[in-house]
Amino acid sequence: MSSFLDSSKSGGSKKKIPMKNNSLVSITDYSKEDILHILDLAAHFERTPEPTLLQDKVIASLFFEPSTRTRLSFETAIQRLGGRIIGFTDSSSSSVQKGESLRDTITNISLYADLIVMRHPLDGSARFASEVSHVPIINAGDGANQHPTQCMLDLYSILKTQGTLENLKIAFVGDLKYGRTVHSLVQAMTQFNCTYRLVSPVELKLPREVKQHIKDANLEYTQHTDLDEVIPDVDIIYMTRIQRERFADPLEYERVKNSYVLRNAMLDKSKDNLRVMHPLPRVNEISEDVDANPKAYYFQQALNGVYVREALLASILNLK
Amino acid sequence: MEARKILQVSAIENGTVIDHIPAEAVFTVIRILGLDKCEKPITFGTNLDSKKFGKKGIIKVSEKYFENEDINKIALVAPTASLIEIKDFMVTNKRQVEIPDVVEGYVKCFNPKCVTNNQNVPRKFYVADKEDLKLKCHYCEKFTKKENITIL
Repeated sequence: MSSFLDSSKSGGSKKKIPMKNNSLVSITDYSKEDILHILDLAAHFERTPEPTLLQDKVIASLFFEPSTRTRLSFETAIQRLGGRIIGFTDSSSSSVQKGESLRDTITNISLYADLIVMRHPLDGSARFASEVSHVPIINAGDGANQHPTQCMLDLYSILKTQGTLENLKIAFVGDLKYGRTVHSLVQAMTQFNCTYRLVSPVELKLPREVKQHIKDANLEYTQHTDLDEVIPDVDIIYMTRIQRERFADPLEYERVKNSYVLRNAMLDKSKDNLRVMHPLPRVNEISEDVDANPKAYYFQQALNGVYVREALLASILNLK
Repeated sequence: MEARKILQVSAIENGTVIDHIPAEAVFTVIRILGLDKCEKPITFGTNLDSKKFGKKGIIKVSEKYFENEDINKIALVAPTASLIEIKDFMVTNKRQVEIPDVVEGYVKCFNPKCVTNNQNVPRKFYVADKEDLKLKCHYCEKFTKKENITIL
């Protein structure tokens, strides 16, 4: 990390420049122990609100592209811990519009704030920002690349509903090719002896590079095109949306889209501990009649994101 | 010195010979090593006959020796290249180029949405596979395969 601003010369204790870069850019930046520590901390914040923990902190929330759910989740986490927020909600209201480089924007704002939460449409933008920033970066999504806090809240949701992350059977359903959250979660779960059921249309199978992580960890996986056949023996169904624009042939889209709609009756033969997760937004891949089923967990899952983000803010700022 | 009669690129007294460069890669090698800006005498040939490779290129740079780190940069485009150091017309050292673990600065990421292709960001890759050349971008984490490598 560059540091033309040396804390020893900045005239006292107003703002410390961290000695090491604590940024969270990719889920692979965290070891299994780091992940478990954050999940523990999330449980702590869920049980015990700490409304003054961030009271002297200014957090920059830089959304170079809009993402309502993620932004509001972060901003809720910051507010619940008593921190203050600066930032913008899309780049049209920022200096990016005037042509400022990402380097300059980050360099400058990192002098104002204690931590930067950023979402940006370019792949790799968060890694670059973490290299030029004077303060830690939390990646809230960099293009199609990483979205580690989503992964962390998925892990927290699995832990909360199953009591463990170890030895679970998870069905990943829908768009496994482009689904960023699926790629991160598949990779993260390799540390917990997971068994994978990969359910998707042939066109949207899990990419080879991601599957390689499962193979490298010597874990069991099977690939399916039929959703029904995997439901009875899994602990988690992780649904994703199939997007029309992923198909070159619209007829092909019409053919597959309904094969991956989860309906309440399909859960009749599922295990008692099964929970249905979805990174949201949902369109029609989970029928609304599932919502009332106690096995539906996607809205609670989104709420868990607030606790996980509180935990990350506190941990990265060395407050917990 | 049996080959002296048929040498197509003249011998050098002191310096480095980079031999067995794929013929089509000679100008790229010159660019990667910055030889187009080097002030020492340089001779080179390309499309020369080679028993091993059919056609090859060769570059001779007088009074210059390369660090491993520098010379390995050419391994991506000239994996067959060998380096011969000459002192007083005698070969004092000979080695093969090796594909480095990290590639910085001269390869373009294949992902058009990568930050390195849209902002002024230094390029950096980790070599994920040396046999069937594959680079992983330090920033966007996408892979650039051998057939998609573009040298800048």
